[in-house]
Amino acid sequence: MSEDLYQEIILDHYKNPRGKRVEIDSLAQSHQVNPTCGDEITVEIGQNSDGTLLVSYDGQGCSISQASASVMSELINGKTPEQAAPIQAAFMELMKSKGQLEPDEEVLEDAIAFAGVSKYPARIKCALISWMALSDAQIKASLTAKTTTRNE
Amino acid sequence: MFDVNELRADFPILSRSVRGVPLVYLDSGATSQKPTQVLDAERHFYENSNAVVHRGAHALAEEATDAYERARQTIASFVGAHVDEVVFTKNATEGINLVAYAFSNATDKARQGLDVDQRFVIGPGDSIVVTEMEHHANLVPWQELCAKTGAHLRWFGITEEGRLNIEPGVIDSTTKFVSVVHQSNLLGTINPVREIMDMAHAVGALGMVDLCQSVPHMPVNVHELGADFASWSGHKMLGPTGIGILWGRAELLNVMPPFLTGGSMIEMVHMEQSTYAPAPQRFEAGVPMVAQAIGLARACEYLTDLGMENVFQHEQELTAYTLAELGKLPGVRVIGPLDTHDRGSAVSFVVDGIHPHDVGHLMDSMGVAVRVGHHCCWPTCRRFDVPATTRITTYIYNDKSDIDQAIAGIKSAQEFFGATVAVSA
Ligand SMILES: Cc1ncc(COP(=O)(O)O)c(C=O)c1O
Repeated sequence: MSEDLYQEIILDHYKNPRGKRVEIDSLAQSHQVNPTCGDEITVEIGQNSDGTLLVSYDGQGCSISQASASVMSELINGKTPEQAAPIQAAFMELMKSKGQLEPDEEVLEDAIAFAGVSKYPARIKCALISWMALSDAQIKASLTAKTTTRNE
Repeated sequence: MFDVNELRADFPILSRSVRGVPLVYLDSGATSQKPTQVLDAERHFYENSNAVVHRGAHALAEEATDAYERARQTIASFVGAHVDEVVFTKNATEGINLVAYAFSNATDKARQGLDVDQRFVIGPGDSIVVTEMEHHANLVPWQELCAKTGAHLRWFGITEEGRLNIEPGVIDSTTKFVSVVHQSNLLGTINPVREIMDMAHAVGALGMVDLCQSVPHMPVNVHELGADFASWSGHKMLGPTGIGILWGRAELLNVMPPFLTGGSMIEMVHMEQSTYAPAPQRFEAGVPMVAQAIGLARACEYLTDLGMENVFQHEQELTAYTLAELGKLPGVRVIGPLDTHDRGSAVSFVVDGIHPHDVGHLMDSMGVAVRVGHHCCWPTCRRFDVPATTRITTYIYNDKSDIDQAIAGIKSAQEFFGATVAVSA
């Protein structure tokens, strides 16, 4: 019925969000809304002394948007911008795939659970909103990847 | 009373499947489905009489113009209006903007020292009054007008029950314009628009009503509402998309500055300046939506054949049933009036611990099409402290079995999420 959308991993992240409302020394934040449904998310970004990223988020929304934010924070926290970039690119690509892409678990880990979301055009924005906020916050904090190669 | 099963045969889309199960369409508040009679009327026009209206003198142009103007007459009669007071627009949103821009344009012209009707000149010290339950279409244009002119926006709030809180003093001597929704598309509330329009007139203000959710669902006579303007869309009342109606008192329409300008709306054109045709042509610049007008007129005839009183009764029964069934579900809260008194068929609700998007998705997987989100009434959602709602809206082709399927969908969402997820904040 809805198993393709509501994967166990998604429900688990929805129930036990990781990285939500964590106190960090934030360098920038981005607030995004989904104007069609009113869901909101704020992503804050900071940097550890070793150059890796610190990510925290807060927001309200449906299971897909909340689980996606949780997975995003888990995947990106502690990665350098260069390590994060290919993950972000792979997630974008997966969301555009209309369910036609076999996601790479090596890169996307828990985020592969969102493959089914790409079959529901109305829900793609739900899954993407936290990732959009992340990219925006990175630009504001000048914490984007210095290299653009996909497999560094 | 009409037979729902019989008339469903006029709506081919209702017999299709979605996601592998039969479709249950409960989103007519967003847009209604169209009977073959309406589609055939449009097709017949294109196949037999298609030509540009009000230009040209050949046989087809005459037939097309005649069909277009007969459509206007049918639509006018449907709401008890005079034919010259019915302006075709793209949709309700455009009709409301047309009036907002009359104020804006008159105010601009007055600043240039041009002669304009003072009822449409607005500025600092003046106020415009709306309500907290307006669709964005009847809120944002007035916010814009206020931003451009320095006028103040005020509004009537909403009670816990979902009724307007008509406090004294909101409409006062500073008020130049009042615009209110007849039936809320989110709460279902039917507002006492006559009373509010009388309040507006008592202080010398003009008044408008948004009839999007009332004209399709109940008998409406525009004159009995006591308003100066009214706007609604054709697509929510069995008609095509791309056509809406602005109704206005002729005396006002004929002194308002035009909204869109160009061909067809002029009287005389010189290189330096032009004069404009009387309403309704004054507001119908460019080649209009002829086939849609003909389709909408056919929709009015279809509804007249059913009887608008019957349509209203049918939906009252369904709404009572919907409210009763939702009332039996623990953890489900209706946002809006809980009985059918002064209430239409839009029923919004929230389910404890499950986001409306997820409720809607589970219902969709059972074939039930409902709307989720803020329904273009974001401030109304905020008033009730909910991010969004799930909304059931019915029409002539729905019956109790559709509501039963919706209830089953809600239960399955509760089982699915309740069993697996105790949502943390
Ligand atoms: C009460 C109300 N007002 C205005 C509108 C706007 O109608 P449209 O989008 O057709 O212009 C709608 C429909 O969505 C509505 O329900």
